[in-house]
Amino acid sequence: MPRDGLGFAGGALLLVVLLFGATLWVVGRVKQTMAINGFQALWADALLLGVLLVPLALLWPVLRGLGQARSARRALDQGDLIAARVASAEAHTWAWFALGYAAAWVIFLLLVLFFIANNVAVGRTFFQLELIASSFELVLRAFWVNVVIFFFAGLLSLVWGLIIAVAKLLPGRPAQPIRFLATFYTDAFLSLPSIIVIYLVGFGLPLTGIGFFRNMPLEALAVLALTLTYGAYMAEVYRAGLESIHPSQWAAARSLGLSYGQTLRFVIIPQAVRRIVPPLLNNFIGMQKDTALVNVVGVIDAFNQARIIASNEFNLSAVTTVAILFILITIPQTRLVDRLVERDRARMRQG
Amino acid sequence: MSFLEVREVVKRFGANEVLRGINLSVEEHQVVCLIGPSGCGKSTLLRCINGLEEIQSGEIRLHGDRISGPGVDLNALRREVGIVFQSFNLFPHMTVLQNITLAPTQVLRVPEEEARERAMALLRRIGLEHKAQAYPDQLSGGQQQRVAIVRALAMEPMLLLLDEITSALDPELVSEVLNLLRELAEEGMTMLLATHEMGFAKEVADKVCFLYGGVVHEEGPPEEIFKNPKSERTQQFLRSIIEAGRL
Ligand SMILES: Nc1ncnc2c1ncn2[C@@H]1O[C@H](COP(=O)(O)OP(=O)(O)O)[C@@H](O)[C@H]1O
Ligand SMILES: [Mg+2]
Repeated sequence: MPRDGLGFAGGALLLVVLLFGATLWVVGRVKQTMAINGFQALWADALLLGVLLVPLALLWPVLRGLGQARSARRALDQGDLIAARVASAEAHTWAWFALGYAAAWVIFLLLVLFFIANNVAVGRTFFQLELIASSFELVLRAFWVNVVIFFFAGLLSLVWGLIIAVAKLLPGRPAQPIRFLATFYTDAFLSLPSIIVIYLVGFGLPLTGIGFFRNMPLEALAVLALTLTYGAYMAEVYRAGLESIHPSQWAAARSLGLSYGQTLRFVIIPQAVRRIVPPLLNNFIGMQKDTALVNVVGVIDAFNQARIIASNEFNLSAVTTVAILFILITIPQTRLVDRLVERDRARMRQG
Repeated sequence: MSFLEVREVVKRFGANEVLRGINLSVEEHQVVCLIGPSGCGKSTLLRCINGLEEIQSGEIRLHGDRISGPGVDLNALRREVGIVFQSFNLFPHMTVLQNITLAPTQVLRVPEEEARERAMALLRRIGLEHKAQAYPDQLSGGQQQRVAIVRALAMEPMLLLLDEITSALDPELVSEVLNLLRELAEEGMTMLLATHEMGFAKEVADKVCFLYGGVVHEEGPPEEIFKNPKSERTQQFLRSIIEAGRL
């Protein structure tokens, strides 16, 4: 017996009707808030109208589901079991479709309510458009500092991490002290919060009075601190990648007379790189976010700049700008990591 | 003095003494088969001869030169001694052709063009020249193993070690690999092979060594070992092989 979809589809219809009521109420609240603040604009009204249309659009899948459920009943009456089963499955799929979108819509409505609560307090605090616009240039220029720090620290930690990883993998007894040092280094910096490293390097090194460090700009010290921390992370990724190559590949290469270095270069690293790139990119993203920590030593980066604006204006909208900037530059990278991971998985399935 | 001399070789993995004083000799152009139960140390012995494992005591000599212990140029040794593994171990990120030319160009410094021509000649010989640009995972197991053999041959070794090279193959692919070995034997290639292919050992080997308890328990020409094994252990092992239908 196919499941009867009529009850389910009917339930979905009821839910969509309720959802329309809820949307109507929320739109009413928004309109009310707009009136209190003397705000009126054609585009806003058009937007609200569009919002009202969304639950109505959900009627379409619900009605299709109902139709399928009915034709399932009909087919069943005529004794066509297979057609009934197909139609019933369709009815369920359409009803689930409507439910999924309805759930997302409920969350959206809640967000809108949160935004306008307490006479748009949330909106005013975080999203004051005039402030965002007027401070945007200042914030964006400060964000450039983050980008520069990130760029150099990223590049340097990539190289530094490889050096540490190879040091950790050096073979033989004579290299033991080097291996030990490299291991100690990664252990130490993996456990240190980067904000403490930035603090110690940024404040501490200039205090030592050593000429080289005293004359270094703060930004360079920040790069140094982030390189020290993330070099350890990168080293772990490299090492895991190199060690993930099966020992039989080492045996095959060495048995052909290739040296340790040649084996690394021609056989191990090319195979490891593909597996390494996604986690390396993840570290990059982590480092990018950590550039906001350099404000503890007084570097005027985007976050620090935004904080200054926030305390002058008693409003956090400039910080929102920073948040959005970080999101904007990070999302493409995250998607790229996903793509690479997916590509690798596809290759594994194929191979 | 034989071509390859293995004298009183001891190999331990921690407390596990796998080889307990192995004595073995291979003459030039000879084919010697190592047989014995799984885990008796056949692979370990071959890996020691190739310098992939360090030995704890004893001595290995090739052409009179000591090739074990401190002060041995392992890279030079491995140019002379090739090894082929049970699991092929081709480089998956390289084409068949690149797999074969990598060591000659990087280790022997053969010019790229020449290495490629020689590799193609070898591939032609095993009927795989049309697979030169293919990647290992596009080949069957038998094809991969023949490429692995050819990859070792491209270094023109004096001695070829083969470690159960047909054990990972589907039965119908075994013969193409054994045929290649047969040809190599006829051409006078010196080979030391660990194998479970008793029929092949009987036919091609000049000498068969039965490894047991970390030593060469019994050795002799194949007719003797297979027809009149002296030791009880050898008889037992051969009986189990016959029961498995492999003789
Ligand atoms: N890398 C290793 N580390 C520790 N033990 C090993 C290693 N390789 C081999 N052995 C041990 O040595 C013994 C002989 O192994 P192997 O030479 O592979 O035998 P065979 O090839 O004759 O089947 C086994 O008991 C195995 O567990
Ligand atoms: Mg073995």
